[in-house]
Amino acid sequence: MSNVKSIMIVGVGGQGTLLASRLLGNILLESGYDVKVSEVHGMSQRGGSVVTYVKYGDKVYSPVVEKGEADIIMAFELCEAARALPYLKKGGKLIVNTQQISPMPVITGAAKYPENIVEKLKAAGADVFAFDALTLAEQAGSSKATNVVLIGAMSNKMPFTTEQWNTVIEKTVPPKFLELNKKAFALGREHFELK
Amino acid sequence: MKRLMLGNEAVARGLYESGCRIVSAYPGTPSTEITEFVSEYDEVYAEWAPNEKVATEVAIGASMGGARSFCAMKHVGLNVAADPLFTASYTGVNGGLIIAVADDQGMHSSQNEQDSRHYAIASKVPMVEPSDSLECKEYVKKAYEISEKFDTPVLFRLSTRVSHSQSLVEECPRNDVPLKEYVKNPAKYVMMPGNAKKRHVVVEERSKALEAFAETTDLNTVEMNDTSVGIITAGITYQYAKEAMPNASFLKLGLINPMPVELIKDFASKVDKVYVIEELDDVIETHCKKYGIKVESKEHFTNIGEYSQKMIREALTGEKTELYSFSEDIPVRPPVMCPGCPHRGMFYVLNKMKLMVSGDIGCYTLGATPPLNAMDSTICMGASISALHGFNKARGIDSAKNSVAVIGDSTFMHSGITGLINITYNEGISTVIVVDNSITGMTGHQQNPTTGKTLKGDIVEKISIEKVCEAAGVKRVRVVDPNEPKLLEQMLKEELSVEEPSVIICRRPCALLKYVKAKPPVHINNDKCKRCKACFKIGCPAIVMKGNDVTIDTTLCVGCGLCEKMCAFSAIEESGEEK
Repeated sequence: MSNVKSIMIVGVGGQGTLLASRLLGNILLESGYDVKVSEVHGMSQRGGSVVTYVKYGDKVYSPVVEKGEADIIMAFELCEAARALPYLKKGGKLIVNTQQISPMPVITGAAKYPENIVEKLKAAGADVFAFDALTLAEQAGSSKATNVVLIGAMSNKMPFTTEQWNTVIEKTVPPKFLELNKKAFALGREHFELK
Repeated sequence: MKRLMLGNEAVARGLYESGCRIVSAYPGTPSTEITEFVSEYDEVYAEWAPNEKVATEVAIGASMGGARSFCAMKHVGLNVAADPLFTASYTGVNGGLIIAVADDQGMHSSQNEQDSRHYAIASKVPMVEPSDSLECKEYVKKAYEISEKFDTPVLFRLSTRVSHSQSLVEECPRNDVPLKEYVKNPAKYVMMPGNAKKRHVVVEERSKALEAFAETTDLNTVEMNDTSVGIITAGITYQYAKEAMPNASFLKLGLINPMPVELIKDFASKVDKVYVIEELDDVIETHCKKYGIKVESKEHFTNIGEYSQKMIREALTGEKTELYSFSEDIPVRPPVMCPGCPHRGMFYVLNKMKLMVSGDIGCYTLGATPPLNAMDSTICMGASISALHGFNKARGIDSAKNSVAVIGDSTFMHSGITGLINITYNEGISTVIVVDNSITGMTGHQQNPTTGKTLKGDIVEKISIEKVCEAAGVKRVRVVDPNEPKLLEQMLKEELSVEEPSVIICRRPCALLKYVKAKPPVHINNDKCKRCKACFKIGCPAIVMKGNDVTIDTTLCVGCGLCEKMCAFSAIEESGEEK
């Protein structure tokens, strides 16, 4: 069996999933893995569901993650976490930002936003860590750093040190946002699975 | 050093390294980034053309002039460029010529799912297809070699997953291929019947030579492994199949037109069973069957949408994966117009006036979705104007008083102008709305002739939409801010009532442009709000119900103020709080 690991990042267009996948891709690359990162550009980015796949190992072939294959799913939004659940591998980890963004059918009243999503995810048998990354990002200085808070939380499931992550953050984000992002990362990393 | 590169960036790198000099393209998902990345190399001249036909002709001219040249487009763009493609096959090249075409299996951002391989067969032009970023770069080099060796344009087929996936690529230095000499040669380049008849013979001879080349080229590779299953595949499906069936034997075709015969027969003879795995149409399968090679393919796999490793594994091994499932329905999240989008106010008015709307291709196609529901048709680039003319001719003057065409600034430049000329020339009376958001929006902000900037950021004279319309014979051309719905409604009533063609330009820049500064988010005054939900009619994603209250999501709102104009009770207020 191959040693390829799969990470899936899901969210809503405009939430900054792109930076999260760049940080991940860069740290994996620096650590000597074969890496593939895949996402879809274009129409779906306009406030629709967005999905990024990151796969790494000795040799990666397919750039996409299929149902039942994700070792880790990082969900930027609650409803998107529920949508992504079938992609989680049995025994995989689902990390969820509890922010809610209503899709248009909910806004127009054609559909209802599901209630108690986190409980339902757990009831389905998934290993879920849900937290309010948006508030932590605001604590770090900007709601725009929610993506890096989430990366910080997820970093606990990967074999890299804080120093390694900080080096990659330095190489990936513009200097004027560096302190903000380091702080956001640290908050996410510390917060993981604390109750 | 190896770097993660998008497939499209790797194509651009390949162009740079191969000594490409001239690039012309029209943006189209998923091909757009090739041209953006290649424009970063000073050694390469790169431009946005108004459409794919023009881009292809520019590349043909550059090739004739001795330069290695390139053009790129999405699959439907090749329909627009098909005319020059078929004749460039006859003229052949001077400097190498690559025409890249990116298919969109799964229709992530397209109006159809056509398989571009048919164009290679029909135009008798060789086609290569890479399966990852490294091959994107290397195949550009090989494509130029084929182009110059066989005196032919080469089609370079991409797909959404190859174009938009990143994998590792090592950079190499540029091979600065000099400009070839230009020698006047009408027999080769003037395609009138007398010359073209002779060139067709050359094309058929070239096809024979390419068929022989297909048997030996290293673009086609054989990986012998377990011989109980052999898989013939190409492009991204190779990656899916390789992950699904790591122990199988593979024949991977990098040259997908023409395809080898003897190589396939030889491969098939060494394995017990052969599967052809290809997304969309049965092109490889049909080729194999034509030569009596026994293969199985579409009886196991669909000709619709994208494949995946899971789909292939399940089809060939019957293995199923156990899945988690969520206990209730999850609302879909279709794409929506962004908060602050200038198209929202216009579609609100079109919906309110209950007009028939002949739509076009761009972000504004989203005007078809609820709650705006303000679009009746979308066909292809530019069709809004010509189709409206046809609709109005069919249904008479009264229909023209209740219908409009909606087309964006870039799409108008692409192929809307000819439709407008058709209206004035043939005494049509239709009303056309040009939604000018000062950028090519949907593909991610590319410049176009109306924006006053080139691909490389140079400032140039803006092509005036007003003057183009006037020159096309339209006497009634008016401009309005679409965030003033009352003004627009009044103007529309006037223009729809007159029995002559009119153009209304709805002008407001895209809210995502850097120079468009977001204003502080608005908020709802709960004492004034009557919960009438009039503000929900514009379908702004920042306006949501929380319990019984209407609220503004301040992380999304850009303070455009359109919702304030919907509220009869002045309950939506500017907060003054900085965002």
